[in-house]
Amino acid sequence: MKKYSVFAIAREAMRGHKGWEEQWTSPEPKKEYDVIIVGAGGHGLATAYYLATEHGITNIAVLEKGWLGGGNTGRNTTIIRSNYLYDESAGIYDHALKLWDGLSQELNYNVMYSARGVMMLAHNVHDVQVFKRHIHANRLNGIDNEWLTPEQAKEFCPPLNISKEARYPVMGAALQRRGGTARHDAVAWGYARGASARGVHIIQNCEVTGIKRAANGAVSGVETTRGFIGAKKVGVVAAGHSSVIMNMAGVRMPLESYPLQALVSEPIKPVVPCVVMSNTVHAYISQSDKGELVIGAGTDQYVSYSQTGGLHILQHTLDAICEMFPIFTRMKMLRSWGGIVDVTPDRSPILAKTPVKGLYVNCGWGTGGFKATPGSGNVFAHTIAKDDPHPINAPFTLERFRTGRLIDEAAAAAVAH
Amino acid sequence: MLLIRCPYCDEERPELEFRNAGEAHIARSTNIAGESDDDFEKFFFIRANPKGVIYERWRHIHGCARFFNAVRDTVTDKFVMTYKAGEPKPAKLPGAAK
Repeated sequence: MKKYSVFAIAREAMRGHKGWEEQWTSPEPKKEYDVIIVGAGGHGLATAYYLATEHGITNIAVLEKGWLGGGNTGRNTTIIRSNYLYDESAGIYDHALKLWDGLSQELNYNVMYSARGVMMLAHNVHDVQVFKRHIHANRLNGIDNEWLTPEQAKEFCPPLNISKEARYPVMGAALQRRGGTARHDAVAWGYARGASARGVHIIQNCEVTGIKRAANGAVSGVETTRGFIGAKKVGVVAAGHSSVIMNMAGVRMPLESYPLQALVSEPIKPVVPCVVMSNTVHAYISQSDKGELVIGAGTDQYVSYSQTGGLHILQHTLDAICEMFPIFTRMKMLRSWGGIVDVTPDRSPILAKTPVKGLYVNCGWGTGGFKATPGSGNVFAHTIAKDDPHPINAPFTLERFRTGRLIDEAAAAAVAH
Repeated sequence: MLLIRCPYCDEERPELEFRNAGEAHIARSTNIAGESDDDFEKFFFIRANPKGVIYERWRHIHGCARFFNAVRDTVTDKFVMTYKAGEPKPAKLPGAAK
């Protein structure tokens, strides 16, 4: 792998940019690997990267039915934060946030992580109480979070409407300054490049159609559209399709898959300097470096794999955006799309060993998995390499739905998040 | 937005009048306190989440307010049929191969 640097740009500028190499290779699948990762999204590629860099396992295939980063990694609203209520969640999301800081240097790839601050608006007394509780809980866990008055919120984000005449007036906000955004495609590409350089095989257009188990019940490999590929360890990181893949190994999951939509506006000059979220009126907004307003909507109410979603969901979100930012009422929206998110009953992910020996699962990130990409890959790699969870992901078991040790962020946030 | 036929009103109405109520034909144990942890997990948390035909409950909350069941394809979101609560899971679906 050639290192990217200012000198490389200068050198290539001198010779017509003919010396750039492919960022990752596309090899033919081998007959057998030490580890197979199902799903080449951010989490899967990060898992392969950390298996190679931290655990010395490089005989890995990452199988992807479509194209690299074409699922939820390329469909989310790129928000990064770690201000979760419970200790277990704070542990895993802040582990990720610490890795975001410095990820571009680590990968030698600009993931454009921008700690521009994530501001969550409170619109009623209940919101105020809950957010203040979150702030205290976060601070006890060493996570920055602070309370802003409506005037301070407006100072931090000038286009915000804090009029008392609003249908849902802003009564304050919780601000995590380390939160922000990153370029989602670059995250997948950066991890893919780093993994490929260390010998990991990234195999696109290769759909897993079955999971093969040996006589003793352990995993022996996967059937794919490009033939059988053997491996003693298989990590399933398939987002909305996780329960479909896990069913192939006879494991039924506590998951339901829903369409989640997002949309972007026409590009405009810089106007939203941070990320603004409102759980109560339900909308998220930030502005990309291209100038588009990036807006996140809610999920549809029914199980679906259609990667679309109802128009009324977008309408509802835009109602909320116009309520918070009346200056955007005449903006034109350019594109909208949907992704399929796998939601667990407690809205916390599952990163764990499974009842099948050699089969590991990293799923259930629901509507908010992007922010966790580096941390998730990092501890999942540990889980696969050591056949034992990292202390950070140890609470995120599959068994918690039997034992009742839930990590109930669903009740904590009161909305999908 | 989906158009959904309420089998009680016998009319196709927009999705906004309805509330999805999750997977259908999951029977609650008559002795819920005596359920094993395994069985309770299956009843309460484990879901089929199929890519394809799903049997699900809907409630016509802004209409007749009654629960009913539906069969839908989760890839196309197209409804195959709807039927009244309490009716058995259809053995054969209309349009299915014989």
